[in-house]
Amino acid sequence: MSDLELQAELGLGARRQGASPRPRRIGVAEGLAGAVALFLVLAAVVPQLLAPGDPLAIDPLSAFQPPSLPHWFGTDESGRDLYTRVVHGTGNSLLIGVLATTIGLGLGVLLGTLAGMLGGFVDFTVNRVLEVLFAFPGLLLALLVILIYGPGVATATIAVGLSTAPGYARIIRAQLVSVRSSAFVEAATVQGLTAWRILARHILPNTLAPLLVLATLGIGQAIVWATALSYLGLGAQPPAAEWGAMLSAGRTYITSAWWMSFFPGLFIVLTAVAATTLGRAIERRMRHA
Amino acid sequence: MFVLWAVATLTFFAVRLIPGDPAEAILGGPGSQASAEALAAVRAEYGLDQPLLVQYFAQLGRLATGDLGRSYALKLDVGPLVLGQLGGTLVLAVLSLALAWIIALALATWSTRGGRVAARVGSGLEIVAASLPHFWLATALIVLFSIWLGVLPPISTPGLAGLVLPVLTLAVPLAGFLGQVIREPLLTALESPFVLSALARGESARGVRWIHAIRHASIPAISLSGWAFGSLISGAVVVETVFARPGLGRTLLNAVTVRDVPVVIGVVMLVAVAYILMTLLTDLATRVADPRVRAR
Repeated sequence: MSDLELQAELGLGARRQGASPRPRRIGVAEGLAGAVALFLVLAAVVPQLLAPGDPLAIDPLSAFQPPSLPHWFGTDESGRDLYTRVVHGTGNSLLIGVLATTIGLGLGVLLGTLAGMLGGFVDFTVNRVLEVLFAFPGLLLALLVILIYGPGVATATIAVGLSTAPGYARIIRAQLVSVRSSAFVEAATVQGLTAWRILARHILPNTLAPLLVLATLGIGQAIVWATALSYLGLGAQPPAAEWGAMLSAGRTYITSAWWMSFFPGLFIVLTAVAATTLGRAIERRMRHA
Repeated sequence: MFVLWAVATLTFFAVRLIPGDPAEAILGGPGSQASAEALAAVRAEYGLDQPLLVQYFAQLGRLATGDLGRSYALKLDVGPLVLGQLGGTLVLAVLSLALAWIIALALATWSTRGGRVAARVGSGLEIVAASLPHFWLATALIVLFSIWLGVLPPISTPGLAGLVLPVLTLAVPLAGFLGQVIREPLLTALESPFVLSALARGESARGVRWIHAIRHASIPAISLSGWAFGSLISGAVVVETVFARPGLGRTLLNAVTVRDVPVVIGVVMLVAVAYILMTLLTDLATRVADPRVRAR
């Protein structure tokens, strides 16, 4: 089982129990998560609006300032304002997360659809390939990709995308198989609809709807993994304003300047929590729609 | 066996994709200005002058006899090197797994007993815990316990005190995931007929909760062990680096950074073997915990 399958399973578990009542209004947690997401998207698209300064402007005289009114998150070893850097780093970190999720989801949809629709030998082969890929758990597949192509932002993005692909593929295949054997597909077949029409009008819409949920949940996970790679020095390199790279830079000064590590990490956690909460909320709403 | 063979084949051909001459890499990379004779000698020594298929079968044969080759960077045999690092990581992983289960069970029981507010707080805590990246949690724990309070060492010294922070770092996010998986089935189990009949037999509420309900609720979480293992290995890469603790994860990261191919393959193969063993163990554990599987 992969992180994604686990996340999907957690959503499905609630469905089986029928435990959660129909949500009438937006809950506190969902509202907060939405606000965080809005802030992050704003920070990614128009960082100047939230932090007018230059994220790379150095000011050696005010190095290592603790958080204060002019510097909300403090300053780093060159006197760069950390709030500005964190806000300007949002774009980088989100972009890596979105791209990695796109790669993983794209490959997953491709493999999962092939296996689920064609069945037989193709299904068997794809399943064996997935089995092998699952023997490289977690970051291992990503590390192998980096071993081959060397560290860097592009490699780290592709590496994270590739290592999430098997999880997506397995969920999509399972979804396809269950939809294909469901009563409404049988009814459509009995009505004499062509195989192509059944696939396009009945099977695919019902398989792809959960993808929105998976993608939302997946972006949070992808960002955590990509920042982990940057933190280990295998992704984005300092002084780039990227959360993982900033954390990595702050590690050297951990004894004297805790804020250098704390705030970039806080944003990673906020992003991951917001993505999970929103993904679950969308899932609940779709179930009742 | 199939998975092992496929993993070996995949890594072998993946390594061939690495740009640059492996012989040069053995002699210290492109900057080392190795002479043509030295390169030829290294090629002969490592069998790199043979055709690709010969190399492939030679490597499979060596793997079958447990020979993982020699490290490019450390000039040591990979097998003993990797096995030597295994112990430290295993201690870390086992302790973290145990602690994660304790935290998850405690949180789940508390929050399923304490009404709506407790349930909300419990599931919120679980989502936040599950979202904590290891590298940040480790840093936060070091700042709190080592620098501000000064009670625990910031690097993993030998002995118990040095283990506390690394184990906490690995256990808390894992507990968040386990807790989320345990909660729903625990609620269902507490309302199920077998709990009612156990209560009717005169068992105490506490006994029913801990013996019947928890066992039932643990089944989905046990089937997650394969996943948990993967997350612990990934976590170990980060945690061992942050706490400067010797182990498999740090060995792997160093090897990836300096492109020490045989060491990476050695660790990957070991993890694949462990993962397969873990899957088998999971099946066995499910049989023990779930009578329905045994009956089938």
